[in-house]
Amino acid sequence: MANDNEDKFDVIVVGAGPAGSACAYTLAKAGRNVLLLERGNSAGSKNVSGGRLYTYALELVEQGLYERAPLQRKIVREQIMLLGAESAMTVDYFNPAFGAQSGGAEPSTKVPQSFSVVRASLDEWFAGEAEAAGATVVPGMLVDGLIEENGKIVGIKLGDEEMRADLVVAADGVNSLLGQKAGLFPDASSHAVGVGVKETIELPDSIINQRFGVSDQEGAARVAIGCTEGISGGAFLYTNKGSVSLGIVFNPEQAGKQKRHIQDIFQDFKMHPAIQALIEGGTSVEYGAHLVPETGYDGIPKRLYRDGFLVVGDAAQFGINTGLIIRGMDLAIVSGLAAAKAALKSTSPAECGAEYMRQLDELLLIANQKAYRNFHHIFEIGRIFQGYPELANDALQFLFTVDGKVPTPMLKGLLNTVRKHASYGQLAADGWKAFRAL
Amino acid sequence: MTIKKFSPEELLALDKFAVDEGTPHILVDKSYCAKCAGKPCLLACPARCYRLKDGEVSFEYAGCLECGTCRVICKDGGVTSWNYPRATFGVTFRCS
Repeated sequence: MANDNEDKFDVIVVGAGPAGSACAYTLAKAGRNVLLLERGNSAGSKNVSGGRLYTYALELVEQGLYERAPLQRKIVREQIMLLGAESAMTVDYFNPAFGAQSGGAEPSTKVPQSFSVVRASLDEWFAGEAEAAGATVVPGMLVDGLIEENGKIVGIKLGDEEMRADLVVAADGVNSLLGQKAGLFPDASSHAVGVGVKETIELPDSIINQRFGVSDQEGAARVAIGCTEGISGGAFLYTNKGSVSLGIVFNPEQAGKQKRHIQDIFQDFKMHPAIQALIEGGTSVEYGAHLVPETGYDGIPKRLYRDGFLVVGDAAQFGINTGLIIRGMDLAIVSGLAAAKAALKSTSPAECGAEYMRQLDELLLIANQKAYRNFHHIFEIGRIFQGYPELANDALQFLFTVDGKVPTPMLKGLLNTVRKHASYGQLAADGWKAFRAL
Repeated sequence: MTIKKFSPEELLALDKFAVDEGTPHILVDKSYCAKCAGKPCLLACPARCYRLKDGEVSFEYAGCLECGTCRVICKDGGVTSWNYPRATFGVTFRCS
């Protein structure tokens, strides 16, 4: 798809996050006339994420692209933390292969699996790549409407101004107002998203390296449960260059029914002895919040396009959360790429939508979403967020305690601990629910 | 500075805002809030833009982090209009 009309763009992309920039970059490189609009004063300035990016997505856009990106640390330590009131149990999985140190015969195996990222720098870089490839990138522009003619979307509105294109790609994020205006989906629903809060805390690299057992270029990614006062949700900690990102994602519906504010729960988590020890001496430099698509495949709107219009990335609610793996930015990039490929392949705007869906399939995005389709039901097991982390901590306390008194027999002691937190009936029900979700 | 528990004001003081004085990007109709039993916004808004004052929900958009939590949890019609701040206004994240 290309047009010769000078007043009109081939494609207008709204939102310079990873999805929008991947789309604009790919189209510009193919010689298309692309306009990339961003409401922030610079790309990334309105964006918050945990922050880990799985590298394969950038590799799909262009081999070696990640080497130019301002990525933070390659993640070689995957950590899972179960918090008790004062104690914590941490599983630390170190695998240098995730950092591609071990090398391999094929070049692709040398790409580190994932990196921690900071959106302000990542997004600004990616939009810059799109611009260097030939896209017109304009930050500080809030798109407030769509132009519709004869049932087709033919452009966007910026205040009194109108801009036209064969295709409008809405990469306007999880609160996609454009997708809603296009009639693709109703208002976002609170059961389908999590609300994340995050503090960025500066710490010298030498201290990060010591505390997390990593070298300068390597990092740790940690997920934690047992810190949400029973609200469905969990915490994250990512090591960056010179900072760590610490945050919690809550189910907003449950959070709204609690007694305490999510800020207070988050601040208590930060001051938990096991967390405080990791960030002590640091300086908090930013507090951010953002919504996260939480229900995976089931949360994706039935329609992701109409004539002349596509939604990509968070706007399409792409996201995977298994509790261990949290994916959003990679899916955003892949969907932006899919939208670009669809535009390149189609001979008319009317074909783009169906082609976009084909590209999403071809790039395996839909298959990835489907693979974890039932996973979010696990998070309906309330005890995962309090009872079971406490159980794990109590069990370890029992196993490690030596006080000179006569020890309770091992099995009896463990069974007592289990019963304190859940009945056998509850355990069986939760086990069955987890089994079905997996 | 060392790590400590921040007050809501201290948390927002970390961020950079350009407040669009006189032009709120979110509109709240308090007559709906008065009838809302749960008032989930009071606990779930990450910026604490919604607070209870003299038994009434008060809304202050100046420290809004533009996340959309109120947009999704307000079921009773209190949030009558939800938009992003006009271009160049609102929060600017530098390292998130």
